[in-house]
Parts: sequence; C-alpha cells; structure tokens
Amino acid sequence: MLATDKDLIDYSKRIEQLATDLGLDHYPVDFELVPNNFMMEISVYGLPVRMPHWSFGVRYIHQLIRQGMGHSRIFEVMFPGDPCHAYLVNNNTLPENTLVVAHVLGHADFSKRNHLFARFMEMAGGHILEQAAARAHRIEAALQEHGQEKVEAVLDAALALEPHIDTNRELHRPLYPAEPERRERDEPAPVNPFRHRYQQLPGEDAGLFHKPPPKHAQIPPQPEYDLLWFIAHYAPDMQGWERDIFLAVREESYYFYPVFACQIMNEGWASYWHARLLREADFLPNDLYLSAIKAHSDVVRPYAAERQLSLAINPYHLGFSMWEDIIEKKGLEEARRICAEEDDFGFIRNYLTEELIEKLELFVYETRDDGGIKISDNNVYAVREAILAPKFNYGAPRIAATRMHVDGSLELAHDHASDGRGLDVRRAERVLEYLARVWRRPVSLTTVGDSGNVRVLTSGKA
Amino acid sequence: MVNHIAISADTPWYELFSRGARDWLRHNEKVREGVQKSLPDLVSESDIITGSSDRTVHVPVRMLEHARFRLSDNHHTQADAGQGQGKPGDVLRPGQPQDGTDEGEGGNNQGEVKLMLELKVDEIVDWLWEELKLPDLQPKRNTMMEDNEYVREGWDKHGARARLDRRRTVKEAVKRRAIQRDPVPFSNEDLRFRQLVQRKKPATNAVVLFALDVSASMTEAERRLAKTFFFFVLQGIRRRYAKVETRFIAHTTQAWEFNEHEFFQVTGTGGTGASTAFNLALDIVEREYAPGQYNAYLFYASDGENFTEDRPAAASSLAKLTELLNYVGYVETVPGSPRMSETEMRMICGDLEHRGAPIGTSILTNTEDVWKAIRKFFVHQSEQAEVA
Repeated sequence: MLATDKDLIDYSKRIEQLATDLGLDHYPVDFELVPNNFMMEISVYGLPVRMPHWSFGVRYIHQLIRQGMGHSRIFEVMFPGDPCHAYLVNNNTLPENTLVVAHVLGHADFSKRNHLFARFMEMAGGHILEQAAARAHRIEAALQEHGQEKVEAVLDAALALEPHIDTNRELHRPLYPAEPERRERDEPAPVNPFRHRYQQLPGEDAGLFHKPPPKHAQIPPQPEYDLLWFIAHYAPDMQGWERDIFLAVREESYYFYPVFACQIMNEGWASYWHARLLREADFLPNDLYLSAIKAHSDVVRPYAAERQLSLAINPYHLGFSMWEDIIEKKGLEEARRICAEEDDFGFIRNYLTEELIEKLELFVYETRDDGGIKISDNNVYAVREAILAPKFNYGAPRIAATRMHVDGSLELAHDHASDGRGLDVRRAERVLEYLARVWRRPVSLTTVGDSGNVRVLTSGKA
Repeated sequence: MVNHIAISADTPWYELFSRGARDWLRHNEKVREGVQKSLPDLVSESDIITGSSDRTVHVPVRMLEHARFRLSDNHHTQADAGQGQGKPGDVLRPGQPQDGTDEGEGGNNQGEVKLMLELKVDEIVDWLWEELKLPDLQPKRNTMMEDNEYVREGWDKHGARARLDRRRTVKEAVKRRAIQRDPVPFSNEDLRFRQLVQRKKPATNAVVLFALDVSASMTEAERRLAKTFFFFVLQGIRRRYAKVETRFIAHTTQAWEFNEHEFFQVTGTGGTGASTAFNLALDIVEREYAPGQYNAYLFYASDGENFTEDRPAAASSLAKLTELLNYVGYVETVPGSPRMSETEMRMICGDLEHRGAPIGTSILTNTEDVWKAIRKFFVHQSEQAEVA
C-alpha cells in the first residue's frame, strides 16, 4: 500500500470521527480506490457491475472523448445502501481524495435521512449493488443461452423505458385484481350506498348508473404509467428470462430515482459538509487543506473561471449556496428536517428565495428555433420552474398504457396536456418498434403533432 | 472511535477488462451490419471496378442512438435556467438565419461524434458471400491449363543461400549439440536448404467482358443497376482467380471498346444492335484470350430492346460466344416494375439457355434484384462444375 493511501486512511478515520461529533449519521461506507478507467465505466453504467448493452458503449466513447479533451473529470461516485459503496480514483491527489471522503460522508448522511432514499431501502433492501451484479450475471447467462440478438432486443426495449416507472407505487406490487365473475347475467349488482343516495337526489337521471358493468375486466383498469412493470407482467408471450430483464431495469430505475429527484439537495448537502469538515479538521496539514479547498472551489463554482455566465446551473453550487443560506437563517436542525422531508421540487420551491436568486444572479433564458438565445426573465417563479422543468416525471414524457385489446395489441397514450406538446415522432416510432418485439403484438401510441392535431403512431409491421 | 468506513486499494481485476470497450465494439458491429444493408449504394462511386481490390471505401456513419420517448423540439422555444451577469432582454447569442438545412435525421448535431468506417472492398465481398451463401466459382474443367510453378518440397544440405531454412538449421544444431560432448554452436552439417520442385498448376487467369447497351433508351437508373451488378459479379470472380482482366464494350448500332471511366459515362444515340457488341467480344476473345488459357465470362446489360432485323445476327454471335466462354450472363435492367412481355434479348437468350448453352438471364428492377441475379449466376456456375 502506498504511503499516501495510508495517510488517506488515517485522515478519513479522523474526518469520520469529526463528522460523527457534528451529528452526521450514516450507514457504513466502503471506499474503494480504483483506476480512472473503471471509475469512468461506473459513471457511464450507473452501477459498478451492470448489464451489457451497446448504448452504454456509445456513452462510454463520449465520456472518453470528453475526458481526453479535459472537459470532464470524475472525482467520486457514491452508491447509497447499507453499506454504502464509494469509489475514489487511485491516481487523484491526496488532498482531492481527502475532500472526496468528506463529500461522500455528506452523501451518506443525506441518504440515511431523506425519505425517498429511506423508502427505496425499505422496498428493496440495502444491497442493490450486489443484486445488480447478480442480475448482470444472469443476463450474461441469457446471452449464452439465447444469443445476442434476442437478449439485445429485450434490453433495447427495457432500457428505452428506463424512466417509465410509477414512483408513487410500490417496487413490489401485486397484479391487478381479477374482476369477480358474475355467473348469472340477471344477478343484481351489489347496492352501492353512495350511488343509491345520489340517485335519490331530485332531478337526477336514474338511468345513469344502470349501465351494465363490462363483462371482461379491462386491462389495465386505469392508465398505467409503470410501463416496465406492466409489460413485464402482461406482455402476451413474455418468457421468464425476458421478464427478469424488465424487472431488473425497473428495480435499478427505482434505485436511481432518489438520486435523480434530490440531486440539487444532495450535492449541495455533501458540498456543505465537505467544506465544513475540512475547515474544522485541524489535524490536516496546511498545504493539504489549501489544495483541498482549491479542489472544492473548482467543483462548487457557478461557471468556468474565465467566463462570467453559464447556460446551465451547477447543482453543486446552487445546492451549496442554498444550504448555507438555510443553515445560517434557520439553523442546522431545521436544515436536517428539510433534508429528510423534501426532494428538489419542495426544496427549490420553498427555499430558493428571491434574495438568493438575485445574489446568485440566476435567470431564465430562451433558445429559439434559429439558435438565438435571450435572457427572458428573472422572476422567482419562472426561475424555479425553469430549474425544475427537466426533472418532471423522471425527465421523461408522461406515457401510459391505456388498453390491451382482445387480440393482444397494446395501446399507449401520451399525456400531452400535462407535457404541453407532442412527442418527437421519429424517436417514438423507434421505441414502439423496440416494444413490439417484446410485446409480440402491434403497439400503438396516441400523441399530438406540432399543430396540436391527434397523431396515432404504430409499431409498423412488427 | 467510530469505525464505519473501510478503504481498500487492491483491485487488480479492474484493469483486466473493459465493459465499456466491449459494448462499444458491439455498437460498431451493429453499425457495420447497418452499412452492409446499404452496400449497393456504396458502389455508385466511379471507377470502382478497375480499382485495386485491397482498396478501401470510407463511409461516414452516424453513431447509433438508442431511442427513448422525448418531447418534440419542433417550433418550441426552450426555456432553461442559467447563471451570471445579465438582465432580462439581453441577447446572449443572435439567431442564425435559417438556411433550410433541416437536419432530417436526429436532433441537434452539437458535439456529435462522426464515425468514419473504413471498409475494405474485399471485406464487403466476403460479407456478401457469407450473407448470400454463395458457392465459390469453379474454373471450367476442360480449360484447366497447365502452368508451371515452383513449389517448396523437402530440404537438402546444399543449396542457395537465399533458401536457407533458419528454423530447420537451428533445430539440427540443437539436436547435434545435445549428443556431442564439447559442441560448436553451428557447423556446416547443420545447414538445411529448402528445395524447389517444378510442378504443373491449373491456369487461374480469367477475363471478364462487360457489354452495355448505351442507346438512348437506357436511363441513368438502368445504368446504375447495371454498374452495381457488374461490380459485384466481378468481385465474385476475383475471389477465385489470381489474375482477372476486364474489358468494356459499349454499343448502340455500333460497338466500341472503352476504359471503365468512359464506359459508364458514354451515351449513344439511336437504335440498338446487340450483335455488334457480341461480334466485338468474339473478336477480342479469339484474338487475345485463347479459350484453353483463360476462363472467360461475358456480362451484358441492356433494357431488352433490340432491332428485330438484328435478331439472327445477334443470336448466332451469342451462340458462338457461349461455346468459347465459361458463362454468359444477361441482365435486363427495368427500373420500376418488370415488363410482362418478352423482350427481344430475353427471347434470344432464353432460346440459347433452352438448348443447354451456359447462359442465364436475370431481370433487375431494383438493387434487391442484383443479389438475386448474382446468386443465380454463381449457383449456376457451381452446379455446372458439379456436373462436369
């Protein structure tokens, strides 16, 4: 083991003690020092060991190019769980890695407090990494058994639907209840006391409720937004190993959701704590502290040093500034309550104040069709909503399965009213093609065109 | 002291493989599969036939995108959050005048990585053969010509320096040293030289004659079909023969020989007399390619029209050709839907085929048909070889 690794272990233990003294609470954290290339793969795949798919290869090459050009450098990847797993780059400097350890402790504290993380752990347990690795292993076995073409077709469909889960529902949910069978057609439906009273109201049309109930239970009984679950369980000829893949992608998607939904809070919280822990760690040598703080300001800054403006908001900077503001004005206990109860929506809407927007110089800009960019607004509500816009519905259009026909064909519907516009047709049609291959029956999707006209897309000949 | 964290630094296996690289290779494989499907279009490049076969074709391809549901970007003013000095109304970037270059495929092109796929012409043809499960060509048995060649056979202790077999020599030295008490590293006794023996080998020369009807009725689309067919059929022949010569004949009511470049450019006027081309081909073959020494092929592309008066002449020259050549392939280019009626040329060729001459007819209406035609030709050839 290198001398610097020994130092890192020593500092880490003392930083952890300091964190505990300051009230940080977390599950155990296993740190691993790994080569840069492995780090890059973790960030590309989203998990240390995950299923293979060509689309990860594309992301990988993009990341490789960005790193080659020096645009992107990965310091840390942290996976919440019990224990948490954190990865450090083995040839980053000691000050950088010391900073990262403190940062990770902030994440660990956050993920133990926050309700979204807690809910996931309740539903799936604390060993998602091991589960993902085991599933990746099973998918490798499926590749051997069924061949690349077939496995890839399933992964194409499942990964395309990655964000299409219903986060309000349980990870493990039962199938739809079967409609109780009525053998006698004339048997009267059980009297519903509410309906009965409603019918007694003067002027009410008595015939309204006498429509016979549908003979077959309609599937799905209501629009189903958890597409991965729905397809896994209701696709007409889905095989066991295919269902496995869909449910694997779905479970990983549930796992990624809290990280996605709390990114600003979580990165801000971790940045707040790494800054504070390093400041209070009087056992760190002075030059190490200075180098670490330099690394801190490189990460937590609104825009590149040579610029005065950025067309994206750095979540580290925004979250960090907000937590400093909250802790200064409301105290640490209140901050911890916010940490536990909010996600980015509540956090931004409740705590990104007008004063902060002015101080941080946040604005809304518009990009027109011709590429022109103009600052349009700095109103508090507009800024908040512009920050949150990419986070709605897990960052994906709202699409539900609405109807499975007797012949097995599937209807999807895009909730264009809440998304405000229609879908990118070319991509949507390709996704429908992916889906039709695993659904094995025609799949169609209703959305609107650019002028608001209804458009029905189909999976083509598949 | 809390002790909730562990740090480990020994992870040797991470260096050993790269999942990212593996998935990237899979992506590239998929790109190649995609390109394969559009192969015929690659051939439209000029002079591809006479170019050397270890040449490569560069094909720019897009990286594949794994599609997901996304909202439409069309006519939508995107509002995002930014940070820095600026007030409402500030223009951060002026709009570019639209020049109508609507990217037909896929969203924004910013930072897009372009892949340049380098395809060897040989490689393309190898794919095809695998894909179409085509048999390799057999040289005509009775034209198996005896060429002399030298082949290596055995070793000797004497010989020319240039043919010293070092590996064998060292082996001998090792053997000797193993049994000698005080051995020298090498002795003259260890030297081994390769021996050459004169052998007879079958002729592997071939000549391919391409004939094209360039009369006014041949459209650009028809020429393209013909060119694509010519290209792939030639590649297939090249797979089998060491040396392949090509000759190009164009005709209207007269026939001329051209180089490849001119051949595909030339446009004639007036009517069609196919016999002129067949006579010229006959002349070339008889004069320069003695049937015993060459495997010879003729491929003729036309829209099927031919002067009725020319029928007897064309039929008799073609019949003579089929006696000299391994095979005559006639392709009729009919872009769009095939004509129902029998054309002049189809009639002449069909008649010959009926009488057992090595001749075949294919109709090309689109590039798909090119594969069928090629398949027909090569399968016919391998069957002939089995019969022989």
